[in-house]
Amino acid sequence: MAALFFYIFSTFTVASALAVVFNKNTVASALALLMSLVGVASIFVLLDAFLLAALMVFVYAGAVVALFLFIVMLLDVQGGVRKPFKKITIASSGIALVLLALGLYSFWKSGAQTTAELGQIVPVGATLKNYGELLFTTYLLPVQIVGFLLLIAMLGVIVLSKKFEGLEDIK
Amino acid sequence: MIVGLNHYLVLSAVLFAIGFFGVLLRKNTLVIYMCLELMLVASTVALVAFSRYNNTMDGHVFVFFILTVAAAEVAVGLAIIVALFRRRQTIQVEELNALKN
Repeated sequence: MAALFFYIFSTFTVASALAVVFNKNTVASALALLMSLVGVASIFVLLDAFLLAALMVFVYAGAVVALFLFIVMLLDVQGGVRKPFKKITIASSGIALVLLALGLYSFWKSGAQTTAELGQIVPVGATLKNYGELLFTTYLLPVQIVGFLLLIAMLGVIVLSKKFEGLEDIK
Repeated sequence: MIVGLNHYLVLSAVLFAIGFFGVLLRKNTLVIYMCLELMLVASTVALVAFSRYNNTMDGHVFVFFILTVAAAEVAVGLAIIVALFRRRQTIQVEELNALKN
């Protein structure tokens, strides 16, 4: 049963990811990205990472895709003829596809042969308590750094999007 | 058929490759950015699968940090794209060639 769900969800995810790349409309690309992220969240549910699945939907689908849609509609860059791909791009993409297929094949043949079913491995219990314990003991320094990173990102966005009066001639 | 670790890793690799091809093929900066996000998400799938099959919590915590960094990255990147559009009136990569030559 889990195998069936895995195939359904992964097909859904990969199809929506392909739609992100090959869609002509940018808004449709953003919505396909949303579907792909929801598919990844369902894969997380299959892997017993319920909190991460919820976070995925909240942070990515809720905030990131909404921001993308906002910017797409703000800039309004639809239309215009789309140039066809260059021949060198198509050729290199084909070579890269063949390499990818060969790599996946050899990985499948000789990679880590973990065929254990998930039912045999007891879930480690990714509960909120475990997360809190890890985040505030082992990973305390990364938490601080990430907090600082968020502060810097906020400052950077403010600097980037604010118009400074005296600096126009420098630009 | 049993779904093992390899299945999840192959799914992760395929998602990453799709994102990478999107970065290579598309000309719109916003779509390139979406494909970057796709690559980040693909790596999180591999992390969670490894964590699940090795019975540890560390992969989950790493995904936690990746989510945070991705959110900050999106905010800054989109601000850069908006600033770029304000000055150049375009976000197509082949027209953004000020650093060429």
